[in-house]
Amino acid sequence: MNEAIYQQALKDLAQAAHGAGRLAGHDGEALRDNPLCGDRVRIEIVRNAGLITALAQETRGCLLARASASLLGLRVPGQTPEQIAAVARALREMLNGGELAADAWPEWAMFQPVRGHRSRHGCVLLPLEALLQALAA
Amino acid sequence: MSWDVSAVRRQFPFYANLEHPLHYLDSAATAQMHAAAFEAMGAHDIHARSNVLRGNHRLAEAATLAYEAARASVARFLNASAAEEIVFTSGCTAAINLVAGALAHSLQAGDEILVSLAEHHSNFLPWQRLRERGVLLRALPLDAVGCIDFSRLEVQLGNRCRLIALTHASNVTGALTSAADIAAVVAAARAVGARVLLDGAQRVQHGPVDVRQLGVDFYAFSGHKCFGPTGIGVLWGRREALAELPPFMTGGGMVGRVAIDESSWAEPPRRFEAGTPPIAQAVGLGAVLEWMLALPWERIRAHEEALLLRLLAGLMAIPGVALFGPANAADRLPVIALRLATHHSHDVCQVLDSRGVAVRGGHHCAQLLHRALGVEETVRASLALYSDADDVDALLAALHEAARVLA
Repeated sequence: MNEAIYQQALKDLAQAAHGAGRLAGHDGEALRDNPLCGDRVRIEIVRNAGLITALAQETRGCLLARASASLLGLRVPGQTPEQIAAVARALREMLNGGELAADAWPEWAMFQPVRGHRSRHGCVLLPLEALLQALAA
Repeated sequence: MSWDVSAVRRQFPFYANLEHPLHYLDSAATAQMHAAAFEAMGAHDIHARSNVLRGNHRLAEAATLAYEAARASVARFLNASAAEEIVFTSGCTAAINLVAGALAHSLQAGDEILVSLAEHHSNFLPWQRLRERGVLLRALPLDAVGCIDFSRLEVQLGNRCRLIALTHASNVTGALTSAADIAAVVAAARAVGARVLLDGAQRVQHGPVDVRQLGVDFYAFSGHKCFGPTGIGVLWGRREALAELPPFMTGGGMVGRVAIDESSWAEPPRRFEAGTPPIAQAVGLGAVLEWMLALPWERIRAHEEALLLRLLAGLMAIPGVALFGPANAADRLPVIALRLATHHSHDVCQVLDSRGVAVRGGHHCAQLLHRALGVEETVRASLALYSDADDVDALLAALHEAARVLA
């Protein structure tokens, strides 16, 4: 079970820390804390012509949170807010036991072993919730 | 004669009903409940379920007697002067909030409250909220291992201090606040006319407390941390300290006479028990405290200390483990906070759980303490009187596994 959650691909994704850092200028920002452990994610975004053109993330958290944030850094630039909303729905449905939607980011599949661990869902969702908050700001 | 863990485990339904092996090392969060509490609560709700301190039919009489007997048991456990010094609450948090809320009425802008950076949020946030009234909140700092630095007491204690609120034992490092330090705090408080409150949430699990010997004014704890039910807590207050507080909550059962313009309040403890109290839970707590009062605590402490030393020795042999709290076992409860290299505590706990080891990760509702130690979160293992060497060894083996899996 440990190997399923902490598979090498997930550890590599967390280690890669795509989008890590801050943006010189941004038009959306959000800071989210996980009340359980004090983990914190800051998301900054730049939007242009209906697209998110840049994303930066600062994540202090567990492997799951860092991998999830890294995936945002990798995948979000070039997406629309509507696409992000759909991606967020797909992730939540998968964590709640559903199948991963066919058009969802395939990397979400590496979080499937977390489904049975309710207390860890928040770790995976924290960066995405910060992104949604930044988009709503 | 050594402490017989197998025998005591037979008194805990949790151990009799385990479907899979589980090393429960999270008693600092919630201890398992003793059979005496299950039985007392069940019997009460079958044979004497009624409201208390209100009716005069036979069930109401029986319920009131049981409720007040539980109050007397708590008084014995704390060596209080009288049962009337015991207020039942819904928990330790509610007990501390009761004092803060009641005291707030008499505080003026510029008055001071002194806490420490070691406090659980339950003994910090109620006092921090008083800043809205212009109250100044001061905090004793910590030393390098996370113990309260009492050498700063004189500096931090102002002439307008009205209350000093400190932990009796840290829920993170297990560090005990010594009798000598408490005596110094009480003396300093008396010099400026301040009251002293101790948060006993962690300490009560490890044996009866003598509040008269401690010399403090208020003592708070929860039932679920001393092998009793959830939903019940205790505020002990020295008779004169309780008497000077107005009610925190108002409602049924806590009044003298009610008139349209003004009402009078009942004497303590009823003044602080508005509404129907957690009756069955109080009865369960009373039963479990009576069980605890009869235990051989010297043997239990020797047992817990031996386990603590075994754990500390094993942890120090694991590469990358950083430990917090006092080095001397006599200065701490068997509660240990640690970091495993740079691995996040929730990742470590996940691996430990897969090996049947239940510990807690996170900031343990003590963010200030963690920041003072230069970390955000820790893994916490807490031992109780039903813990054994197998539990300790399982934790150590699982930490080795976590280091491998998370690398």
